[in-house]
Formats: sequence, C-alpha cells, structure tokens
Amino acid sequence: MFIALLVLTILVVVWGVGAYNSLISLKNQVANAWKQIDVQLKRRHDLVPNLIAAVKGAMNFERETLEAVIAARNQAVQVGSGGDVSKIAAVEGQLTGALHRLLAVVEAYPDLKATGNIGQLQEELTSTENKIAFARQLYNDVATQYNTKQRQVPTMFVANMAGASPAPLWELTDDAERAVPKVEL
Amino acid sequence: MPSHESLVTSHIQMDDAVDLFSQQQSNRLRSRILIAGFIAFFAWLGFGGDWILWQATLGAGEGAYRHTLPWFGIALTTVASIATIVAWRRGPERVLWSANAYEVVDPVNDDERRLVNVVEEMAIASGIPKPRVWIVPDEDPNAFATGRDLNTAHVAVTAGLLTQLDRDELQSVVAHEMGHVKNLDVRLMTLLAALVGAVTLAGDFMARMMRGGSRVRGVSLGGNRRGSGKKGGNPVLIVVLVLWLLSWLLAPLITRLLALGVSRKREYLADAMSAQFTRNPGALARALHKIEHAADPTHSMKKGSAHLCIADPLGRSLTNKEGMFAELFGTHPPMAIRVAKLKAMAYNQDRGSGMGDVG
Repeated sequence: MFIALLVLTILVVVWGVGAYNSLISLKNQVANAWKQIDVQLKRRHDLVPNLIAAVKGAMNFERETLEAVIAARNQAVQVGSGGDVSKIAAVEGQLTGALHRLLAVVEAYPDLKATGNIGQLQEELTSTENKIAFARQLYNDVATQYNTKQRQVPTMFVANMAGASPAPLWELTDDAERAVPKVEL
Repeated sequence: MPSHESLVTSHIQMDDAVDLFSQQQSNRLRSRILIAGFIAFFAWLGFGGDWILWQATLGAGEGAYRHTLPWFGIALTTVASIATIVAWRRGPERVLWSANAYEVVDPVNDDERRLVNVVEEMAIASGIPKPRVWIVPDEDPNAFATGRDLNTAHVAVTAGLLTQLDRDELQSVVAHEMGHVKNLDVRLMTLLAALVGAVTLAGDFMARMMRGGSRVRGVSLGGNRRGSGKKGGNPVLIVVLVLWLLSWLLAPLITRLLALGVSRKREYLADAMSAQFTRNPGALARALHKIEHAADPTHSMKKGSAHLCIADPLGRSLTNKEGMFAELFGTHPPMAIRVAKLKAMAYNQDRGSGMGDVG
C-alpha cells in the first residue's frame, strides 16, 4: 500500500515536471516569436523614410497617400514596443494599410517604377510586409498552442505554478488592411 | 501576403507539431542506424575477407603465407569510420560542391535579392535560423536543401527556378525545403548522399581489384581449392565466400535502394509543411507543375544526390506514373498525387476559411 502510494507520488511528480517544462518552453517560444515581430516592425519603420524619399519627387500628385504613410509610421514609432499587443496591432495595421495603398499607386504608374531604385525598394517593402505577416503568423500559432496547453485538463493544474497566462493574439484590426487587394509583383 | 489566419490553419499546426517532433526523432534515429550500418557493413567486408583468407591459408604448407592478422578488417573499418566523420562534417559542402553551387552572400541582381528575401521570410515563418543561400547555375528548375541541423542548413535553388517561378511559387518551394530542414530530413539525406558516394567508390575499387589484382586473388582462391581438396570441402567457408562476394557486388545497388526508400514519404510531409508555412498550397501546386513540365534533366545534380531535390533531377518519366513500379523505383512520389494533395489543401482552405471545423 505504502509502496503503491510512493510510486504514484513519483509518477505524478515526474509528470508535473514534464508538463511544467513544456509550458515554460512554450512561454519562451511565444516571447521569442514576439521579438521576431518586433525586429521586423523596426525594420519597416526604418524603411519607410527611404521609400518616401525615393518616391517623393515623382509623386507630388499623390500627396495624400504619402502623408498617410508618414503619419501612420510616426504613430507606430511613437507607440513603439512598449504598448500592449492590441495597441501595437492597431497602429501597425494602419501602417500596413497605408503602405499597401502606396504600393498599389506605384503599381499604377509604370514610369514611376522605372525611375531610380523604386523597383528595388518595392521588393524590399514587399519582403518586409511578408516578414511581418509571417512573424505574426508564427506568433499567433505559438501563442494559440500555449493558450490551448495551459487550459487543457492535465496541464491546467501546473499552469499557475509556471506563471502561465493567456498570450494575446495579434488580430487583424484595420478593416482597410483586411480589404486591401493583394499587390502582385 | 498570407491572410488566412483562421482556426483551420492553427488546427493543422497543432497536428503537425506532434508529427514534427516524431519526425525529427525518427530522423535522428535513422541517421544513427545508417552510420552504424555503414561501418558494420565495411567491417563485414573487411573481417569477412580476413576470415575467408585465414580459413583458406590454414592448410598452407611450411613457409607459405598464412593470413593471421586481420588487416583487411582493420583497414576497411578505419576507412569507413573516417568516411563517416568526413560525411558528417563535410557532407553538406560536398553536396553543394558537386552541384557546382555558388553562395549568395551579397545579392547583386533582382533575382538574387528576391531569393534571399524569400528565404528570410520562410525562416521567420518556420521559426528556424536563416539557412545559407546557394544558386546552382542550371537552367532546369529544381531545388534542394542540405545540412546537419537547424543551425548549419543550406538551401540551394537552380538559376532556372529563379527565372521561371513567380514570387509566391518560389516562396512555396523554399518553404518545402525549409520543411526538410526543420524535420531534420537534411541530416539523413545528406549523410546518405555522402555515404552512397563512398560505397560507389568502394565498389569501383573492388571491380578494379578483381580485374587488375587477379593474381593476388588467384593465390588465395588456389589455396582454398587446395585446402578443401584435402579436407573434402568446408561448406561454411563456401557460403561465407559467396555472401561476401555478393556484398561487394550488391553494395552500390543496396545503397541506391536505401536512398529511394528514404525520400518518397518525406516529400509529402515537406509539401504539407510548405503549405503550413506559406498558407498557400496552391502556389506549390503551380510550382511543382512548372518544375515537372520543364522536361530537361537537371545536369548539375549528380545521381548520388538525386533524392535531395524537390523533383527528380534526372527527369525520369517514372514520377509521372502511378502504381507499383513507380512507387518502387522513383526517388520521388508521383507528381500527380503531390499536386492533387496540394490542390485539395487549397480547396479546404478556401472553403474552410470561415469555418473552424475543417482540418
């Protein structure tokens, strides 16, 4: 009887350690995935001034589009990485929408594409947009996994001990971002 | 830009996370078995030969050569061990070198820039470090990945792939290769490529020995005949001798079959992982279609590394057919089935993007 209890206790402890560790590992993956997004967002903030400088001369007639991008970028930089996920998602979503409109405009003027290094910048911008999207995808996948795990029945019991709390998902907030047609290259 | 971040895809991700872990484990295990089997095989070739010679020279007279020191076995086992270490450490470089690939460090034109960007994007999507990027100067579209682990991975594509595929298609192909990296297929397949080379070399060496060095062989077999004549034959010796000779002759064929066996199922899994990373299975279906219909064989890829490529570089029509023969002898699963599976995934994605219960 005593031995059976002892064995049971050991089994429970071994399982508990495993579950605890898996939660911690997921927690770190979520933090890491978030950092990935952060890196890409910073990249985009740095890229925007170059882009504006390159197209400004040729695009006097599209002032509004350019100003929307600049405003959205400045707002995003201001919020920085200090804000919470939903706040960042909102301002970055606006920037994404503004940039997509700019890309669509560039696409509409073939002579503009031909001038200087705009074609190259366009590729950089497309890639940066993709990287943000994929970083967000990875973050949401890992966060979903983490959130599911800490709410599932056996792991639930050690979730408190591991300091697990639901990670917020990066939702698409801006309707414009959702609606923007895909820019084909 | 992927926008189908629905419950559907996260559902796929959940299942794959489990699969991926077991796939990595299985690849680690298989790599170990491959190494152990390779060394054991060469030890058998060596020590088996020693034993045969020892048996054959037992009855040799005074002053005649007696094979008492198993130096064949010692030599071959040492060579096999060194070959394994070289294959482990330099395998990826050798595969890239044999394909004539050059590395893209600083992209100089639009195609290279796009490739590097796409690889960076897929590194983010798959959550692994960015692999090194190589281009094979070959006009036939193809791609492969090699490496030992996640941190030393390489992705190589042909120049033809860059010119013939659009951005989304290129992305899906790179994602397929990242799938191979992530589940450690690259480790097993690179080891296999490097070891197949070593076995082929050993087979050639033996063939030359049999032709050029028949004098040495004649002596030992003569001794054998003399010995068995006296004792009325040693059946065990004959059986071992036949097995031993067969091993030498069949070694290249066996390793080739091994290479065929490891690569087919993995392609389906890597296709599925590509769909998971890009959320765009349709692009990979289109890319595979283009790759398949570029009829020319990829000359830069040697036979020994065919199983590393996304599509059979020898341009064999086997991958077009279904059925027993193609299943047995193609290095890759029938393209039609791969494309059909991807199209089904794309269909489910479109249909299921509003619903949560389609996986």
